[in-house]
Amino acid sequence: MRSSTIIEPPRGWVFFPLREMWAYRELLYFLVWRDVKLRYKQTALGVVWVALQPVVLAVMFTIVFSRFLSAPSAGLPYPAFVLAALVPWQFFASAVSRSSLSLVANEHLLTKVYFPRILIPLAAVLTASIDMFFTLLVLSGVLVYYGIGLSAAALLLPLLVALVVMAATGIGLLLSALNVRYRDVQAIVPFMTQIWLFATPIAYAATLVPASWRWLYDLNPMVGVVESFRWAITGGSAPQSLPSALVVITVLTMAGLIYFRRAERDFADVV
Amino acid sequence: MSTTVVSASGLSKRYQLGERRQRRWIGGAAGRAARRSEERPATDFWALRDVSFDVQEGEVVGIIGRNGAGKSTLLKLLSRITYPTAGRAEIRGRVGSLLEVGTGFHPELTGRENISLNGAILGMQRRELQRKFAEIVEFAEIDAFIDTPVKRYSSGMYVRLAFAVAAHLEPEVLLVDEVLSVGDIGFQRKCLGKIEEVARQQRTVLFVSHQIDSIQQLCQRVLLLKAGQVQAFGPTQDVIGAYLSDAATSETGEFDLWAHPTRAGHHTPVIRRLTLCTDDGSTTTRYGPYDAMVAEILVEPAHTLREPVVGLGISDHFGRRIFTVASFFEPEGLEPITGLSRIRCRIPELRLGSGRYLVSVSVQDRYHGELDGLENVAEFEVIWQNSYGTGEAYRPVFGPVLSRSRWERLDP
Repeated sequence: MRSSTIIEPPRGWVFFPLREMWAYRELLYFLVWRDVKLRYKQTALGVVWVALQPVVLAVMFTIVFSRFLSAPSAGLPYPAFVLAALVPWQFFASAVSRSSLSLVANEHLLTKVYFPRILIPLAAVLTASIDMFFTLLVLSGVLVYYGIGLSAAALLLPLLVALVVMAATGIGLLLSALNVRYRDVQAIVPFMTQIWLFATPIAYAATLVPASWRWLYDLNPMVGVVESFRWAITGGSAPQSLPSALVVITVLTMAGLIYFRRAERDFADVV
Repeated sequence: MSTTVVSASGLSKRYQLGERRQRRWIGGAAGRAARRSEERPATDFWALRDVSFDVQEGEVVGIIGRNGAGKSTLLKLLSRITYPTAGRAEIRGRVGSLLEVGTGFHPELTGRENISLNGAILGMQRRELQRKFAEIVEFAEIDAFIDTPVKRYSSGMYVRLAFAVAAHLEPEVLLVDEVLSVGDIGFQRKCLGKIEEVARQQRTVLFVSHQIDSIQQLCQRVLLLKAGQVQAFGPTQDVIGAYLSDAATSETGEFDLWAHPTRAGHHTPVIRRLTLCTDDGSTTTRYGPYDAMVAEILVEPAHTLREPVVGLGISDHFGRRIFTVASFFEPEGLEPITGLSRIRCRIPELRLGSGRYLVSVSVQDRYHGELDGLENVAEFEVIWQNSYGTGEAYRPVFGPVLSRSRWERLDP
């Protein structure tokens, strides 16, 4: 019995064709593989760049915030404090900016071949997660250097990684699909991530934020993510921002999936 | 017993024009021209309307029609790149679509890497690809360069590699858009051979082409689209005949260029109209291979052109210039032009192989450079029926230019 393809106008809400996405898993692999390869073609240092970026940022933050401004760092050595936040943040920023541009950058694929469109932004997020793996190695190196042991909460690290990947995916799907129609997204993303960087407790501790503003501050899901990454190192009680991060990320991911599914129908016509 | 493999009923696709910037709703130069003139508020445009047909297993079906007739839209719908507005189609078996050669090729990646990537994009499994790898490299004739980034390839090598990957796709239903037009003649022949081979293996092929010759060579049945609708679907010879005679009646051979949208921005219009005629003065867009072509160019320069240079360029359907004629190539030149004038140019023998050709027009002044010029704005067709009086068909492999020759046997 041969498979049969039905071509019909789209109607109503349709779930993601998971079986089909599975059938195309090799394409996902190759899209990630392509992006990784391309990044290091004709570079002298190759993968070292991935590790270097957070290290350089951590050094800068240490000089400016710790030395000059003496920012508190929740009992951790400042470099470890900032790096623990930079690992999820760098991933998030790069995954969001890569995925939001991904569909438009792959316009020639959208208009010439069929495959589940969601693979393109997913591949962008996955490429960024490979980087996160290397920055996690850098972070462990720094922890070893300072002789900092992990707390029991570190067992949650895989879940926390999954959480930030989910956050990036949801926002990436939303922005990539929007960018197909409104290229404004392309202009917004770079400075959106900059503002977002300051709205997230990376260089400073969230305790500096006035208590009356915390509810608003915690709506930024990256607050919960970053605080939880630090919590995995320091232990103690779970950060109060984690529950709201879970809710916001779930909502964003659902919204991203739904909007993407709706919008992908005419990607090829609009892009 | 034959089974229906592709079945379309009432397929329709509507686009909205003029609402926001629209791209790619029609391919090619005609599309660009039409698009730019569409600055009006939103109007509906039916790229396809109520298209129904059935294709049996193992058939090779050609899809023909003018630019904008909906050929590419139909293939896009069948390959699920875009959705229909109405109607339904069903395809049984694995679908492979080849709307472009080298989709997803990346210049920085090596030949080997691009084979893997392109294969995955076209829907090949990794194991399948590994099995066919050697065959692909051999087909593309690039084995020495397999680990070189394709940005260093010649364009011929690039195209060969790209087609080689696609040619080794083994779908049960293959959708092909005008892709055989690339590469050198030898390679084109190889590609046609590959499609014939696919067809022999009882696989089904839907094949869009402007090259009537390839259609004649490959297809048993032809689907003729006109303005998004099926105008004919039947045996190849019948439909091609209908298509060609339709071309003669629907096109007058007069091309109004006064407000033509493809004119380069810095030009103030000088060329008003181009008329293609036969030797007896009647307008046409169809010529025999050795016919004379008479072109009349109506011009209205703002001031007198003391040493005018008027030129016509003939390009093939893919925009490659075949030859150029210009008044300053001729010893007698052209007398000065003042005000509205008709310039007549006679090309005594076209000497072109069968196919569609495009005309470019240019008006220059010897001292002031180009005043007005329009690229590929008029289309005509050379039709080769019963070619050499021997029934031998013209084939693209013979090359675009013909020459008379005389043959005799000499004693040793």
